[in-house]
Amino acid sequence: MGIRERLSGNEAAAIAMKQINPDVVAAFPITPSTEIPQYFSSFVSNGQVDTEFVAVESEHSAMSACIGAEAAGARAMTATSSNGLSLMWEMIYIASSLRLPIVMSLVNRAVSGPLNIHNDHSDAMGVRDSGWIQLFSESNQEAYDNLLMAHRIAEHKDVLLPLMVCQDGFITSHSIENIELLEDEKVKEFVGTYKPEHYLLNSKEPIAIGPLDLQGYLFEHKKAQAEAMRNAKKVIAEVSSEFEKLTGRHYSFFEEYKMDDSELTIVCMNSTAGTAKYAADCLRKQGIKAGVLKIRMFRPFPAEEVAKALKGQKAIAVLDKADSVNGAGGALFEDVTSSMFVNGVNVPTVNYIYGIGGRDVPATDIESVYKDLAEIAKQGKADNPYRYLGLRG
Amino acid sequence: MPYNLKEVVAQKPSRFTAGHRMCAGCGAPPVARMIMRALKPEDHAVVAGATGCMEVSTFIYPYTAWTDSFIHTAFECAAATESGVEAAYKAMKKTGKLPEDNHTKFIAFGGDGGTYDIGLQSLSGAMERGHDMVYVCYDNGAYMNTGIQRSSATPKFADTTTTPAGKVIPGKMQSRKDLTKVMVGHHLPYVAQSIGLNNFKDLYEKAEKAIYTEGPTFLNVLAPCPRGWGYKTEDLMEINKLAVETCYWPLYEVIDGKYVINYKPKNKLPIEEFLRPQKRFKHMFKPGNEWMIEEFQKEVDTRWQELLDLEKMTNKEE
Repeated sequence: MGIRERLSGNEAAAIAMKQINPDVVAAFPITPSTEIPQYFSSFVSNGQVDTEFVAVESEHSAMSACIGAEAAGARAMTATSSNGLSLMWEMIYIASSLRLPIVMSLVNRAVSGPLNIHNDHSDAMGVRDSGWIQLFSESNQEAYDNLLMAHRIAEHKDVLLPLMVCQDGFITSHSIENIELLEDEKVKEFVGTYKPEHYLLNSKEPIAIGPLDLQGYLFEHKKAQAEAMRNAKKVIAEVSSEFEKLTGRHYSFFEEYKMDDSELTIVCMNSTAGTAKYAADCLRKQGIKAGVLKIRMFRPFPAEEVAKALKGQKAIAVLDKADSVNGAGGALFEDVTSSMFVNGVNVPTVNYIYGIGGRDVPATDIESVYKDLAEIAKQGKADNPYRYLGLRG
Repeated sequence: MPYNLKEVVAQKPSRFTAGHRMCAGCGAPPVARMIMRALKPEDHAVVAGATGCMEVSTFIYPYTAWTDSFIHTAFECAAATESGVEAAYKAMKKTGKLPEDNHTKFIAFGGDGGTYDIGLQSLSGAMERGHDMVYVCYDNGAYMNTGIQRSSATPKFADTTTTPAGKVIPGKMQSRKDLTKVMVGHHLPYVAQSIGLNNFKDLYEKAEKAIYTEGPTFLNVLAPCPRGWGYKTEDLMEINKLAVETCYWPLYEVIDGKYVINYKPKNKLPIEEFLRPQKRFKHMFKPGNEWMIEEFQKEVDTRWQELLDLEKMTNKEE
């Protein structure tokens, strides 16, 4: 069952794309995701895929070409990071509002400036309200698995939204890990073929896409888009459960690690979850009931479910790998706390901005968070909810 | 079969329909209609439009003036968007996802704002990559959709809302970019400059060549704007004629690097003839501003001579 391999996160993403065999890939190199289009180009050059690879002159054109291709009736994919996503920003919104299920591999990196090539989540957070489904991946295996599920989710008739699979730049993209791949045939069968209902290249039914959409209609169109994002929840659950039947690997909206009896919980995303699990295990040996809630599905945000999962904790820390620079807290913190408030869950909760620009996140830092949480639980309140972790001086 | 306007109109129904909301006297709609007519009736087309007058006036939800498939995404990326559509066509043809009898052509339209300026990178990239598509610039010499701001296609001294002819600065102080030559520099199989003239023969034939030449091709078509240029709506065809007769807008094509000038006026009219009917050049005719007309004439003459030289140079007998 499965093929055992050792791959970097970028290799895993490229292999997933090869097995998906999309019609069009349009991409522009940017560290740390550069290897993905590089590996993919070699698959094209060696005839291992049927894909037209469009080596565009910018990320703006990469997303524009993906939009053109997807609207034409093709399955289109891309990969990028950081400023590449920033340059795409205009087209990111357009892709989503035109309801085109494009799939992107986003290798998270700090957005300039000043220039930094290392990991944080400021790129993904910058497009969190753009109408893209955002799945986060702790490991190379998860990045691979999320990509294999991506088209099934994005292309579902009740969804039709673009989807990005996030993984941490360098931390997972350039680290080689053990991974279990699916056989090509099984991927082909699972992903299926894309059969759009309406598409530009259908000469029997010409269509027009991307109108001037004024006061009389835009509101309803945006509501339909929001509805699609809500529908994505159900579809993600269904596809994940089907994937589990195929692979034995379980995926939900989020992972609850040792939360059956936890009192102090850290909420985080991507590779930090691995460190947090390790830190929780260490502290449990000291009798501290530590837990981790790892968000996989950030968009749509599983508000009710997160609130329910956090109910009964004594203190919670939300770790944001991007500062919203808003004087109030990071994006994940705001989503988690508002979910809790709306659903009547009242637990002292603090926010830590951490790991900015690739700042290392050792387990000792995470342990210090649990120790802070123990103090907060004792006091029953948190004085300063907007904190920094691993910041010098 | 020699070109005959009546026959073309009778035999090829318009693929750019009535009911669009472009201004009366605008040069762009007849250009779009004629270019679309150059398609073989049995061929399907996917048109990409850059944001601009033409896009916002021809595709207002839930109506479209295009009978072929049409896509608009944003201002600067009609070429990149169309390159994605074309790549999809290639891929889907190769894998049999499109029927054999599906013959689709790819045409992108952008104004000078979306082409000379904000979309230049996207255009250059798509052309260099060799996508089988035609990019048509309908050049009205300013950002007309947002209210007549200068572009790099705006002629020198023109009065626009961002280069107003004032007491100190008399309009736009820079010469216009020669985009057609920029595109020639991409070594495309076919590049041409045209206009809606007389019976539209020049435009129709160039559109046909551009569409049915394999690979990336480029058409630069002057499309006057009555609001931005300040001429009477009924004078559109006259303005077009003057642009050609003064050699302000020479009609030429570059086929695999060889220049062919399609029309050389026997009696090249002075540039005043083109400038005078347009309000945007009104200040040039004030006493004391003769130097502006002289300078304008000099630029036209230099560019015309350059073109004559290029034709000679690229057609030399070996």
